[in-house]
Amino acid sequence: MSPMPFEDLEAAYETLATAIDSAGAEREALFLTRLALVLGHKLGDIASFRNAVSTALEGLEQGHPFDAAEQENSSPS
Amino acid sequence: MRPAGKGPLDSLYFDYPNFSARHVPEHDGIATTHPVAIVGAGPIGMTAALVLARYGVRSVLLERKDTFNDGSRAICIARPSMHILERIGAVAPFAKKALGWRFGRSYYRGEQIFRLEMPHPAGEKYLPMYNLQQQYIEQFLHDSVSACDLIDMRWQSELTGIACGADGVSLDICSPAGDYRLDARYVLAADGARSAVRSMLGLRLKGENYEGKYVIADIRMDHDFPTERRAFFEPSGNPGGTVLIHKQPDDIWRVDYQLREGESEEEALREENIRARVGAILADIGHTKPWELEWWSIYSANTLCLDDYRHGRVCFIGDAAHIVPIFGVRGLNNGLADADNIGWKLALVLSSKADEKLLDSYSPERRGATLDVFANATKSTRFMTPPTRGWRLAREAALSLSLKHEFPRGLANPRQMQPYTYSDSPLTPYVNRDADFACGPLSGGASANAKLADGTHLLDRAGDGMTAILFCDGSPDAGQAALLRQLGELDKRFVSLVICCRGCESKAGAIADGDGEIAGLFGAQPGTLYLLRPDLYIAGRWKTIVPDEILKTAGVCLGRPTP
Repeated sequence: MSPMPFEDLEAAYETLATAIDSAGAEREALFLTRLALVLGHKLGDIASFRNAVSTALEGLEQGHPFDAAEQENSSPS
Repeated sequence: MRPAGKGPLDSLYFDYPNFSARHVPEHDGIATTHPVAIVGAGPIGMTAALVLARYGVRSVLLERKDTFNDGSRAICIARPSMHILERIGAVAPFAKKALGWRFGRSYYRGEQIFRLEMPHPAGEKYLPMYNLQQQYIEQFLHDSVSACDLIDMRWQSELTGIACGADGVSLDICSPAGDYRLDARYVLAADGARSAVRSMLGLRLKGENYEGKYVIADIRMDHDFPTERRAFFEPSGNPGGTVLIHKQPDDIWRVDYQLREGESEEEALREENIRARVGAILADIGHTKPWELEWWSIYSANTLCLDDYRHGRVCFIGDAAHIVPIFGVRGLNNGLADADNIGWKLALVLSSKADEKLLDSYSPERRGATLDVFANATKSTRFMTPPTRGWRLAREAALSLSLKHEFPRGLANPRQMQPYTYSDSPLTPYVNRDADFACGPLSGGASANAKLADGTHLLDRAGDGMTAILFCDGSPDAGQAALLRQLGELDKRFVSLVICCRGCESKAGAIADGDGEIAGLFGAQPGTLYLLRPDLYIAGRWKTIVPDEILKTAGVCLGRPTP
């Protein structure tokens, strides 16, 4: 498996951002899960898939700007 | 805006001069048609006047205000702009005062995830970027304007009307010294984002507005950090918003911070809120010593431009023609490139009998540059101010993965300004010749520079008109010499630079290239010729000379197309 050239990664980033918006906030988790499953199937290798899953899981606990309301209350004004 | 109790020009470090309105010949009914009137004496208008003056063309420079910009807005001067300033004879104070830089850092939640390193080839004379407050930029340009006999600088002179005719333009000017009408053959509109010329002519900027808002604050502090661009994503000092920090001369620092979604602009701009937010950001970067607030403003990103930068005898330059996002320092630098581009062309039309058609290339070249800026700046803006949930999530994913992984880090690259390549321009008719070269600057691109044995640089020797760089064994052969002679007949300002290739004995007047470094930079072999325009962009390049094509290219650039 060869890594993506940067220009393609950038295009993937843009495609992903736009697709999340198309899915809509309510269905974005379902969309992203489906996307992961499709990519895993294309990858064709369970070890690589598990590896990708743990890479994506790592560091998630740091929190998320999407609980924006909470952060706004505790920030300096 | 400035702190309570301070006037709009009450700066911690800059003494604003006050320029009065003058009595001018028009007040006495002396009607002259000026070759060029420039509306707006900001950095772009003053540069345009100095470019014209360099070619011996007179201009009247009209400014509504009585002093320089009330705050520091643009602060980054890119390398190509330093070359423009050099060629108008104004660069010395810039090089002395400005802070040069080429590195940057991006942080996510306090950890560095990206190291910006701007290319700095060994042959270059200037660093990729210099930071300098806009007041100084204007002051240094104004010093050159004042010293120039060909520029008639008129402060407190407001445009109140404009009438375009077939042979010229009439301007109505309102001044405390008396109102008058001023006639000019051409007008350059350099009157900024809220251009009066543009609205009086009924023209509108078109494009996109972006949602995200940034507060821009200048502060003074004794803070030990090199001149670098620092970007902070999700910093604890400004949760939910990005922060940018730049160093300026005189211990002045620029702090830009993004407002959170839905935050009230009015509240955000109140002095106590500015102080609290800046204080939190400074605590976050470890600055605990005192600091002083100088000036602040608010900004949101736009990609807006005119459909055509030329409207008959009126040409739009700088923000009057286009408004670009700040991320990537393209506003001032593209404006200076506009001024340089229209300046040499208009000077040729006014002084050397060039066909007016030469001006037709201004809008495609500079509007092309703007559209290229939009493409790059849109990417930076989407990263700096993600417009929707999808873009916010994608950025969060990329940034959080960047903490441990290399692959997404390039997405945080700010894509700093690069000069545009005019490969589609009518002034670049033989781009197909690029195929003969394995490397070197492209046709329509900015020329490379090389350091010479005596410490000077190759482009120091370029002329005010067309310049040929010819690589040869020893001296030019008969065919090459004849071509250089013909180019000299076509353009009285023509300059030829002969590069003596590797292993050749250096001839008087020629530039030695014993180690083949210059030839390598240009992908040249003996017989190769590069033709440079007055703005040091490459009009064409030929691996071995094709006299008809070279003469035709020079003719087109000089506004003398061959039939």
